[in-house]
Amino acid sequence: MIATNTDCTTTEGTPALGPEPEAATRNACKLCAPLGAAMVFKGIRGCLPFLHGSQGCATYIRRYMISHFREPVDIASSSFSEDDAIFGGARNFELGIENVISQYQPELIGVATTCLSETIGDHMLGMIKTYQDNHQAEGPPLVHVSTPAYSGTHSDGYFATTLAIVKKFALPSNFRLSHRVNIIPAMMSCADLRHLRELCERYGLSSTLLPDYNATLEGGSWDAYHRISPGGTSLEEIEEMGASTATLELSHSQANVKQSAGSYLESACAVPLHSLGWPIGIRLSDQLFTSLSEISGREMPSEIADERARLVDAYVDAHKYVSGKTAALYGEPDFVIGMAAFLSEIGVRPILCATGSKTPQWKELLHNEIEGDMADVEALAGVDHAKLASRTRERKPDLLIGSSKGYPLARELGIPLLRCGFPIHDRIGGQRQLYVGYRGTQQIFDRVVNAFLEAKQEYSETGYSYL
Amino acid sequence: MTPDQTGESIHVLDDRAAQVWTKGSGKEFACDRKSTAGAVTQRACAFCGSRVVLYPIADALHIVHGPIGCAVYNWDIRGALSSGPQLHRNSFSTDLAEKEVIFGGEKKLKASLIELIEFYKPKAAFVYSTCIVGLIGDDVEAICKQVTQMTGIDCIPVDSPGFKGTKKSGYQAACEAAYKLVGTAKTDGIKKHSINLMGEFNIAGEAWMIRKYFERIGVQVVATITGDGRVDDLRRCHGASLNLVQCSGSMTHLSKLLEDKHGIPMKRVSFFGFEDTAQALYDTAEHFGDSEMMARAEALVREEIAKYAPRIKAYKKQLKGKKAALYVGGAFKAFSLVLALRALGMQTVLAGTQTGNAEDYEQLKEICDPGTVIVDDSNPLELAKFVLEKDVDLFIGGVKERPIAYKLGVAFCDHNHERKIPLAGFEGMLHFADEVARSVLSPVWKFAPRRSFKTNIHLNPGND
Repeated sequence: MIATNTDCTTTEGTPALGPEPEAATRNACKLCAPLGAAMVFKGIRGCLPFLHGSQGCATYIRRYMISHFREPVDIASSSFSEDDAIFGGARNFELGIENVISQYQPELIGVATTCLSETIGDHMLGMIKTYQDNHQAEGPPLVHVSTPAYSGTHSDGYFATTLAIVKKFALPSNFRLSHRVNIIPAMMSCADLRHLRELCERYGLSSTLLPDYNATLEGGSWDAYHRISPGGTSLEEIEEMGASTATLELSHSQANVKQSAGSYLESACAVPLHSLGWPIGIRLSDQLFTSLSEISGREMPSEIADERARLVDAYVDAHKYVSGKTAALYGEPDFVIGMAAFLSEIGVRPILCATGSKTPQWKELLHNEIEGDMADVEALAGVDHAKLASRTRERKPDLLIGSSKGYPLARELGIPLLRCGFPIHDRIGGQRQLYVGYRGTQQIFDRVVNAFLEAKQEYSETGYSYL
Repeated sequence: MTPDQTGESIHVLDDRAAQVWTKGSGKEFACDRKSTAGAVTQRACAFCGSRVVLYPIADALHIVHGPIGCAVYNWDIRGALSSGPQLHRNSFSTDLAEKEVIFGGEKKLKASLIELIEFYKPKAAFVYSTCIVGLIGDDVEAICKQVTQMTGIDCIPVDSPGFKGTKKSGYQAACEAAYKLVGTAKTDGIKKHSINLMGEFNIAGEAWMIRKYFERIGVQVVATITGDGRVDDLRRCHGASLNLVQCSGSMTHLSKLLEDKHGIPMKRVSFFGFEDTAQALYDTAEHFGDSEMMARAEALVREEIAKYAPRIKAYKKQLKGKKAALYVGGAFKAFSLVLALRALGMQTVLAGTQTGNAEDYEQLKEICDPGTVIVDDSNPLELAKFVLEKDVDLFIGGVKERPIAYKLGVAFCDHNHERKIPLAGFEGMLHFADEVARSVLSPVWKFAPRRSFKTNIHLNPGND
């Protein structure tokens, strides 16, 4: 069997000794900002993402997203050549936009920059204006977001894009749509987005999700070709976000940034902001349902109360299987915080909480949500998988939780990997995994418990079929 | 049927009209052009080209100099196997941040190289330049020289900024970089009848299978470039007497350098399908003018075909008359696939490549049947159009093409570098048939709306 601890093995096959390399990033625990932008653009109806830069950026990101979602992901590029890199990409930008319109007939083009166009200083707003002037403002609107990979991760690109979109399209309003709420989710699964919408409906609320890629990135089989996958939030709905009754921003990491989509809607359009986290676990879900009750003026519907009751019952039924166990988790900041909160409330200690993002106040953010003190919790921000692996080898947790990228480590250490988040490209169904609310928590709870049970059974001498 | 169902409503961009051709149309065909902006090309960039070519060199350190995106999307996703070191499966990057973009990344690159070389003990290091490295003025070559002097390990710059062109320009840069190692070691022990296997990346162990064939007929394989590759093999590959070049797009430049500077002749070969694999062995035996070797090759081919032919024949019965589309990186693979599909009783109705050249396409046009559509540097909409128009049963391509097929209820076979199933050689042909059959003959298609439409399955009969 081939050893998978490639990050700490020399070419001779011997353990790599000496101080661990610090200067380079080894097996990054993050993706680049334009990927986050593309995710958001995929969640808007009729929108085609467009990356201004070399075509490799678009191709790599398409390939990576397809490996997880298994859906068409068309992303256009201005396909820079050497000349464009020297003289600027304006000509290619204009041609590219024309071709996208002619081929895709989009309702919106979402333009994200790349390292290349940012470095040469292409002035996007000017180029968009020139394009629109040259075309008498005909054609679909263009929205632009600045996403150089050297100043943020995919998670940063994702939130920057939600902000750019509301800034461009949301309109302040003199009246309130009394039963409408905005939801700015973190980078959740398609199933999560669908469930959030359903939960709002249960409270008599209609919801505008920004983004809503639940159908575009997990759609049905087609009887004809669709230029752009059906689904997503429409531009009209986004314009009306300024008239909603409230915004739920489901991201702990956005709570203390200078400006987020939610805080913009609050300051510019006077839409009250409920700043919550990724609602995994009972306590964080309770916060979501409390907000929904406040906004709708309704009590928790009985079906949801029943789900909560069953979840509490399940926590009790299975608590002994998980109590005192430890886990290492990694991924996007919001996912890690939500998951750490959940684990700590069922008695699993999240002893390593890692993200590739350089999230400010990472430790404090975790501390706010993790039950108990932080003495046994390592908060690692801006780290790579090599660093995570080295800490995991040292701390020896019972369980690893995160994307497929943790598999080599799980295999090396003989501990289970619970595949969560993005990307999951060695299993099917990442887009269908539900995490949010009591129902999502029930599913992830069962998976956590069963992972421990399976490990116990797998490594037992006797091979009991009854545990 | 609506125009969206037949593909009629999708039009080819004017800019690209010359790159779409139907056999029998008498039209001119264009290729070897840069991609049209906004066309959503399936091609990647020069960096990607360099990275795929050198990636399988398992005992080298591969470090991507630039911001993180370029390095992270290709971390351990390929099926290129190594029989020893696994260092290539890591993703190392200087992960440049804003301050380095402003003040330069040389310091970070130098520190990264020194630390990583010290820690992992690679036999050489490849430093890939990405788009912004040239723009910010980093002198990668100078850093490489300094670190080579300090550590004694060859640090080789790979001039691969993405905007330089398509994968093809990246292939060229990779060949230049690899060539820097060639001729730096002794060629003792290399026999007269010896070859390098070039453009063979050992996906799912294919190079090992092919190597065995040559060993069986008495040919020594000096280096597989770059599958299961080693730095020391590259250093002495100039000692071989013949270069067999499979993925010609990626390796032509290196084989030309070896021909011009070391007098090693090259032959284009392919190991996909019975015919091409057999031909490669015969060509080699003929080249060496050794009748015993030829006899061994003939015996090997007979033996291998006898092993797999009956099962392939059984598949052929089931697959006969099915129509296939293929869209692959280079044209040489496309020819082999047309032939391999024919061997399964299937007809290729759409064939395309990302980076084929005029010569390749001439050959491809020749072997295709009349009416076959040939596309160069295509995109998802065009591919969908022809999948619908030609009503294909199978699509052969890579991960980016897969959803086009699946969404339209069409079977799919992955023939790209990410696959984990060997499709080369005689045994590979059986795997190929198996892969194709398992998808084409799957019972799931009857539920796909496009297929149920055809077979008149209606969920709401009342609404007809």
